[in-house]
Amino acid sequence: MFPSHLLTIRELSSDQIRALLSLSNRIKKNQEAYSQVLKGKAILQFFIENSTRTRMSFEYATRKLGGTNVTFAAASSSLNKGETLLDTIQTIKHFGVDAVVMRHTSGGTPALVAKVLGSPVLNAGDGQHEHPTQALLDALTLAEHWQMSFEKSLSFEGKKVMILGDILHSRVARSHIHLLTKLGAEVTLCAPLTLLPPDLSLFPKVNVIYRPDTAIPNMDAVMCLRIQYERQNGRHIPSKEEYRHFWGMTEVRAKLMKSEAVVMHPGPINRGVEIDPEVADSARSLILKQVENGIWVRMAALASLLNPEGVRA
Amino acid sequence: MNCLIKNGHVVDPSQNLDQVLDILIEDGKFKAIDKPGSFDASFVGKNIIDAKGLVVAPGFIDVHVHLREPGFEHKETVATGTLAAVKGGFTSVASMANTLPVTDNVMMIKFILDRAKEAGNARVFPIGAVTKGLKGESLADIGLMVEAGARAISDDGMPVMNSDLMRRAMEYAKTFDVPIISHAEDLNLSQGSTMNEGAVSSILGYRGNPKASEEIMVAREMALARLTGARVHIAHLSTIEGLEQVKRAKDAGLNVTAEVTPHHLCLNEKLFLNAHSHAHHACVHHHAITDYKMAPPLRTEADQEALMVALNSGLIDMIASDHAPHGCVDKEVELEMAANGILGLQTTVPLMFELIAKQKLTLKRMIEALTVAPAKLLGLTDHGKIKVGAPADLTLLDLAQEWELTASSVVSISKNSPFLGRKFKGSVRMVLVGGEVKNGS
Repeated sequence: MFPSHLLTIRELSSDQIRALLSLSNRIKKNQEAYSQVLKGKAILQFFIENSTRTRMSFEYATRKLGGTNVTFAAASSSLNKGETLLDTIQTIKHFGVDAVVMRHTSGGTPALVAKVLGSPVLNAGDGQHEHPTQALLDALTLAEHWQMSFEKSLSFEGKKVMILGDILHSRVARSHIHLLTKLGAEVTLCAPLTLLPPDLSLFPKVNVIYRPDTAIPNMDAVMCLRIQYERQNGRHIPSKEEYRHFWGMTEVRAKLMKSEAVVMHPGPINRGVEIDPEVADSARSLILKQVENGIWVRMAALASLLNPEGVRA
Repeated sequence: MNCLIKNGHVVDPSQNLDQVLDILIEDGKFKAIDKPGSFDASFVGKNIIDAKGLVVAPGFIDVHVHLREPGFEHKETVATGTLAAVKGGFTSVASMANTLPVTDNVMMIKFILDRAKEAGNARVFPIGAVTKGLKGESLADIGLMVEAGARAISDDGMPVMNSDLMRRAMEYAKTFDVPIISHAEDLNLSQGSTMNEGAVSSILGYRGNPKASEEIMVAREMALARLTGARVHIAHLSTIEGLEQVKRAKDAGLNVTAEVTPHHLCLNEKLFLNAHSHAHHACVHHHAITDYKMAPPLRTEADQEALMVALNSGLIDMIASDHAPHGCVDKEVELEMAANGILGLQTTVPLMFELIAKQKLTLKRMIEALTVAPAKLLGLTDHGKIKVGAPADLTLLDLAQEWELTASSVVSISKNSPFLGRKFKGSVRMVLVGGEVKNGS
């Protein structure tokens, strides 16, 4: 049921996704029961590229499961130090850790590491590729908000979700597109053409629109994405102000939403650009619930990979 | 040195030869060619090569290789690169200018020629830089380099982005009757790219190199060829759109040629999906995915098929390996940081045999694209054909032999080939350079 690594959502089956979400929910409801699941296990937190919440969340999740953290953080890749990736992997191997949580600037690197390493690898975000735990925690947040049962076959059938913003540079969006469609939601991508992936033909079926306003009233949830200036070269949008004018989740735009519809953001937020503070802090915002759920999802991911027997339902 | 090659199946497209013949070589030069047995009575010497069952072709010429010396001897040297050449069936190679220091002056041309002579493997015809230091700012010593032995000029992977400078380079090159070889890539469009831009790059989240990057630059080179009348050669064409531009130029009678690499004929971008997926454990070595990274990138299956058609129709004139050795610090790294390019000298001919076996290519067309056309491009009037009085360069092929490419069979210093572990049918049995056997196996 559980995969041997957590590298992408694309390669998970919908049953594997449901199992992870269900386990996340069980852990959340009864965390004490899982406090020894990683006893005696060491988890390498390998973070190339800055991260605050994901890293903290993985480290905290490890501790709550009774495991030990070994932390390796650097701002740059192996190459910048004149080391090959093979050297890096050998180094990791000889730490003798039981699993590796990896954040990397370059897409596909956790998968390469997984191929050689042997022990489980959890992708904590790789380049512009995927960020599986972020998508899972968002799905958990939505399922809870929609008061869905995790015991029966969880389904987002009939739900409409918009992913709004810098989809081109977003690993979160890539994971979401797969996860939401695998659970049956209808996904709409909305961004200027400069911030959309150039060819969506290998993705599952999604709607693509350039401007959000006419579609927003139909949505059950809108996920705003951070504008990733660091991955852009200054040619994708004319200015933050213009972006906010057309795509920002302003109060005016939030008012177009159904009363029960929610707003999400994976963080960190460019306040006043992709989402206005009044909306981010409003009742329809699930942003802080997303952060909290990150812990449970990452506990579930670690526990299922490292001790699948110990977390059987 | 005298030598008699008997009973070989001689295929020389330059003179439409396709029959069993004997070839007599005297003092390193072709002396005569005639029906089997013709020279038996007159030949005095011990050196008789029985080529029964083998194809005997004019020595193959590769117009696009990187020998890396000086500057990158951890990747390849003139000696190892030319050894790979003769192992792979090439009696002559043209070496690109991106050495360190850059091959942009007479001393560097002479250095490479000296090194090649010392090594004594394949012939080397150096390609000089278009611009000093490959910087795209001012013309290199083109005339002096040609006088010293350069046969073409190119900035290859550092394309000249300034159209006015390229125009002057073409005019100046025409003055000395050498072709300009263009690696057609608009660097602004391709900046930071890891692979072809399209469905695969989108789903994997890599910055892509759009096909328009090639289309624009081929179109520019064609416009400048029209303006200047220069000889322009497009390196490693990879897209349908690039092909269309070349076709337009050829139809207009411009002095234009084009090459294709074996990897663009045999591979496409889908490999990234497979190599990327954890579900596939087929990779021979862990960094195999970086061996799919090259410039221009592997394109789509449709591009791959169009290139095949174009090679057969003659729209593409020749096959070139773009032999690009890289070491582990260049390739055993994250995909986005990995260097572009793969080895080619020892795999070009075997990969063409694969295409022949699949009936996508004929032996005659393959040989033509490895002899006549490259010789013409480089102005080598004595090469690319079996010509009485000319140096005896020959490639002997065994179409039946089965073998596997392994790291130890690669004689290059670098081992960056996505074809390691591939089983081939058909091999290079021997080459002769100036009548001397360079690769007997």
